[in-house]
Amino acid sequence: MNNKYNPALFWFAVLNAVATFLLIGLGGLVTSHEAGMSVPDWPTSYGYNMFALPIKFWTGGAFFEHTHRLLASVVGLLTTVLAVWLWLKDSRKWLTWLGVAAFLLVIAQGILGGLRVKWQLDWLGVPHGAVAQTFLVLVAALALVTSRWWHNSAAQKQIAVPRGLRSHVLYVTILIFIQLLIAATMRHQHAGLAISDFPLAHGKIWPDTSVEAIARYNAERMEINNAKPLTAFQVNLQMIHRLVAYAIFLGVAAAAMLARKKLGGRDGLTKFTFAWLGLLTLQIVLGAATIWTNKAADVATGHVMVGALALLVGALWWLVAARRTALT
Amino acid sequence: MKKSILILTLAAISAAQISRAADITGVITLKGTAPAEKELTPIKDDPNCSAAYASGLPKTKFYVVGAGGELADVIVSLKGITGKSTGASAAPVVMDQKGCLYMPQILAVQTGQKVIVKNSDNCVHNVHTVPKENAPQNMVQMPGGADLTFTFDKPEPFLKFQCDVHPWMFAWVSVYDHPYFAVTDKDGKFTIKDVPPGKYTIEAAHRKLGTQTADVEIKDAGVAQNFTFEIK
Repeated sequence: MNNKYNPALFWFAVLNAVATFLLIGLGGLVTSHEAGMSVPDWPTSYGYNMFALPIKFWTGGAFFEHTHRLLASVVGLLTTVLAVWLWLKDSRKWLTWLGVAAFLLVIAQGILGGLRVKWQLDWLGVPHGAVAQTFLVLVAALALVTSRWWHNSAAQKQIAVPRGLRSHVLYVTILIFIQLLIAATMRHQHAGLAISDFPLAHGKIWPDTSVEAIARYNAERMEINNAKPLTAFQVNLQMIHRLVAYAIFLGVAAAAMLARKKLGGRDGLTKFTFAWLGLLTLQIVLGAATIWTNKAADVATGHVMVGALALLVGALWWLVAARRTALT
Repeated sequence: MKKSILILTLAAISAAQISRAADITGVITLKGTAPAEKELTPIKDDPNCSAAYASGLPKTKFYVVGAGGELADVIVSLKGITGKSTGASAAPVVMDQKGCLYMPQILAVQTGQKVIVKNSDNCVHNVHTVPKENAPQNMVQMPGGADLTFTFDKPEPFLKFQCDVHPWMFAWVSVYDHPYFAVTDKDGKFTIKDVPPGKYTIEAAHRKLGTQTADVEIKDAGVAQNFTFEIK
């Protein structure tokens, strides 16, 4: 066991994190295509061993659901190997236990996804989505703490990150996670677009959610997928999602200004914060595009993936800031 | 002897009641212009499905309206009747999956009545019910596979059937605890048969336009009750 930088271990951890990010994208496509229940059985697929499903059945929604299951198996395997590798080769006890946590979390995530299908509990899709994002942060953190930068930072002079700035970024990151929960709840209503215009909402700044208005929206909407009828709750939830998005954008913009003021424009974390702001700008554009394209599956899934990245950037930013501060 | 007379008398009264049962008929129309139906464009992404539509893709059928405003696919039923289901002995209702569409798209059945789902397509479907009152079911159906049979224990309006492999496929089945219902045809006409004498509230329910009710009374002959839905 040692505590030296191990490039093979680091790059394997990066591979696991990248595979996890892609898996979130594939999971996003499953929901965007309303395909979550297209393979009714689990862990088999249409009665076949999951790894032996004939290609002729990889069609329509089943293509996304089945490939999602296959990639999930790969991520499970990668995580298992990483956890064992850390246990055997890294002397940092806290890290080895983080590896165990990642292993247990990926198992739990697989079971959550499987039970959602097997027990036909649609609402399990929400925690399944939330755990996916949490797991992504965890495996990315594993990559960070096995990186050359992390190992070398102890021997290098570090500049502390002011507590106020660290706390600000932490709160914004938590707000992003809350936003992801809101978004997951929205997507798993399976009701299509609750509000079909942007930046207005049903033609107004704040939409009418009276019984008559909701009935009118449902009467006028010509959905071409199996969307459920709209409810006032869904319209209000979409409005909350929009408001929280604006709050997050302002929070990240403030973080960027604060970082430049407190750390200077050349500090790596300042640049990282501005990159975060760029990511949030893209996210708002994707959110608008999701509405303007009537929730086109690829656009909506892009919105999911950039949301995951936004959470990841905040979390990694905070970890780096905490590491730097702890070493001063 | 007295017992026989009593039985005969009761039978005569029942027969008289049945002979006094009558039909409720009507026509349902739409006032105003329905939104344009949308083409089911995702069908073209699945060659198994698009093969059936060489001359053009089908469209949604939310508003099936005749030239004179006749509104099809409205489910008309008597409200407030429970425990009168004859579904267990009723003929099964058949729904087919053809051209990657459910046919018919709007159905009404009784509790305990069988809904037989066929797969006439050359591709796999999953038949997934999304009820609010009944237990959900989700079954794969292979091309050329065995028919699937569904029954529902509880009344429920517009219980949804969907296919998640082909998310544009959906049908709605309203479930009643009695046999007094009908679905309007392409001429907007309906007939609810053999309704016993009495006062009733009749409800017309359209998937998109909501519901309307009216009070009717069956005496010696059938009654007619029309409805007009409006889109403003």
